[in-house]
Amino acid sequence: MTSANSSSRSRYPAGSLAFPHRGLLGLAGLAPHEILFLLDEAEQWVELNRQPTKRVDHLRGLTIINAFYENSTRTLLSFEIAGKRLGADVVNMSVGQSSVKKGETLIDTAMTLNAMRADAIVIRHASSGAVRLIAEKVDCPVLNAGDGQHEHPTQGLLDALTIKRAKGEFVGLKVVICGDILHSRVARSNILALTALGADVRVCAPPALMPADIERMRVTPYHDFDAALKDADVVMMLRLQNERMTGQFIPSPREYRHLYGLSVERLTKAAGDAIVMHPGPMNRGVEIDSNVADLPGRSLITTQVEMGVAMRMACLEVLTRKARGLPGWAEPREDKGSWA
Amino acid sequence: MKQAALTITNGLLVTREGAPVSGAIRCDGDRIVAIGADVVPQEGDRVEDARGKLIAPGLVDLGVFAIDKPALHFGGITRAALMPDQNPPLDRSSTVRYAAQSGKPDLWVHPLAAATRGLEGSDIAEIALMRDAGAKAVATGRHWIADSGTMLRLLRYCAMLGLTVIAHAEDSGLTGSAVATASEMATRLGLPSAPVEAEALAVARDIALAEMAGAKLHFRQITTRGALDLIRAAQKRGVAVSAGVTPAHFMLSDTALADFRTFCRFSPPLRREDDRKAVIEAIGDGTISIIASGHDPRGPEDKRLPFADAEPGMAGAETLLPLTMNLVRDGVIDMAAAFRLLATNPAGLLGVNAGALEVGLQADIAIIDADRPWIVSSAKMAAAAGNTPFDGQGVQGRVLALWKGGLKVG
Repeated sequence: MTSANSSSRSRYPAGSLAFPHRGLLGLAGLAPHEILFLLDEAEQWVELNRQPTKRVDHLRGLTIINAFYENSTRTLLSFEIAGKRLGADVVNMSVGQSSVKKGETLIDTAMTLNAMRADAIVIRHASSGAVRLIAEKVDCPVLNAGDGQHEHPTQGLLDALTIKRAKGEFVGLKVVICGDILHSRVARSNILALTALGADVRVCAPPALMPADIERMRVTPYHDFDAALKDADVVMMLRLQNERMTGQFIPSPREYRHLYGLSVERLTKAAGDAIVMHPGPMNRGVEIDSNVADLPGRSLITTQVEMGVAMRMACLEVLTRKARGLPGWAEPREDKGSWA
Repeated sequence: MKQAALTITNGLLVTREGAPVSGAIRCDGDRIVAIGADVVPQEGDRVEDARGKLIAPGLVDLGVFAIDKPALHFGGITRAALMPDQNPPLDRSSTVRYAAQSGKPDLWVHPLAAATRGLEGSDIAEIALMRDAGAKAVATGRHWIADSGTMLRLLRYCAMLGLTVIAHAEDSGLTGSAVATASEMATRLGLPSAPVEAEALAVARDIALAEMAGAKLHFRQITTRGALDLIRAAQKRGVAVSAGVTPAHFMLSDTALADFRTFCRFSPPLRREDDRKAVIEAIGDGTISIIASGHDPRGPEDKRLPFADAEPGMAGAETLLPLTMNLVRDGVIDMAAAFRLLATNPAGLLGVNAGALEVGLQADIAIIDADRPWIVSSAKMAAAAGNTPFDGQGVQGRVLALWKGGLKVG
């Protein structure tokens, strides 16, 4: 298993071999060294973002389109800031004001965006696999900003970056992901990233919110939150995704909080220096109490947001290297995909 | 003007049991009049030389969603039972009558009457009127009838009318909006999924109701080990229950869903490998008695969508025969059994005078080269759309000539 305690660039192959993917559709196809490469690339942008002048011209003249078919606040803003800080022209396509409302199909929209010669397209969509479908129809890199219940790769990466900076090491790290695992693309991307990097990942949810065969993703499932928390180094809470639920999955938010809410008292079951994370938006008083969410030094929820901008800058910068003619960044292999 | 009689010589005749036998078959009008090794053409006959290839009954496809003649004929299908899931549904005698006439003379369409009005699962449709308009069986369509009382009344009524009920077996309370089987693959892809037990639960209930009603019940697609075990046990008890399947469920498992391939979006969805093996076992031991194409050609507007938004179904008519021949080559079944699954048994369920090479039956005949290799190609298919999960796959078995009621097709 790969260790993350070294950030020496020499560990990575040269040029496009370091990240041989045309886009970022998910973390499922990424090797551990490719994930670490992106994390290491993000470090420079963390530093830049802490300077008074937070802008470079790496992507000057490039156009990035953010096409969000689902509501988003933080992810859309994060991608927009990331693109602008790299010097790109960033355009946000709001579905509410687009031809999608007039019945334009996803493929038509993809071909339209392609014809506009975007240099990168960031997509969020309510259907699993939708981003891959678009990626097959466009010539530029596509970044998945969340597709249904499938993946949210930049969230997985930014969470890994947050953990790396807090803990320094992934191997053997005990990470608990608790909440609505069934509907969570964040959980899937985190599971893929953290298990690839050697962490011991536990997932905790009531039976109705636990996906089938989840243990096949090299995680340990728990229904008992207190047991899952034992000696945990990282506690990652997820919200209930009521918008994706049909039928009753929990008796009530109150009962859910009783069994799966993270309180100060419950946090004591984790390691003494355990960090608390949440991808947002939070339902304070349901999956996480306010006094935990705001716990100084332990809650890294705002740090996650900060890492999000840096991580997305890294992804945009790496994926546009070929287009920008950087030496060594030849045409990467195609990520295999087919609508048929 | 009546056509001259037809004699097909020098072939291997597919029989109900055992290996194909050398011989010839003679048809006069739309009937088979002689069959065997000693059959020779009479003066004035149209003579066809089978050149040592199989002479087989035309296939009877139990459950297609579209009358797609080029594809059906390519696949050697001379009769197709049309599913009631049409627009509008086949829930009235007028639509049934129209559908029954829609394929003649070279394809006979046997409409399956919608069990309930609008296929909504609540009010039983005018089944007797539809039977008299040409419906050969009753089907619940792509959906399970959730209300047990309605299902029992339907089964009792159809038992009285002498019609088999063809049911879809998925407990809708469990399936909800699922598009995949609950498994590692669905979890990794983040697809709404339902446990395989949804099928067994539906089957268990419907077998119990069919026993109460004394009705004949056929499950169009059974795809899981648990459901097959229930059907096997019921058949041993003497319950008039039968099961069918489409080749997708014995050829593919849910690993084919990787990359969100919508050509692999089916209802019921692809299952796990163990279930796929169970389907093959059930075909081998006779628990599954019918293999159908489920032919449902769907264009890009239905398939070039995110997986969960795509319509289920595949264009299966052209691959029905060669994929079934795989089972023969693998020793799961013999050639006689293959044609019982593809022709004799579905014809029996529909109560039509066809499906086998026997004197007095309809002269629905195919000459087949069971070994002829070819490549399935979405782009070159005869079907109205090329939505096959077997695109690019090499197969063996092809229809060389086809007759419907003694008339050569094409």
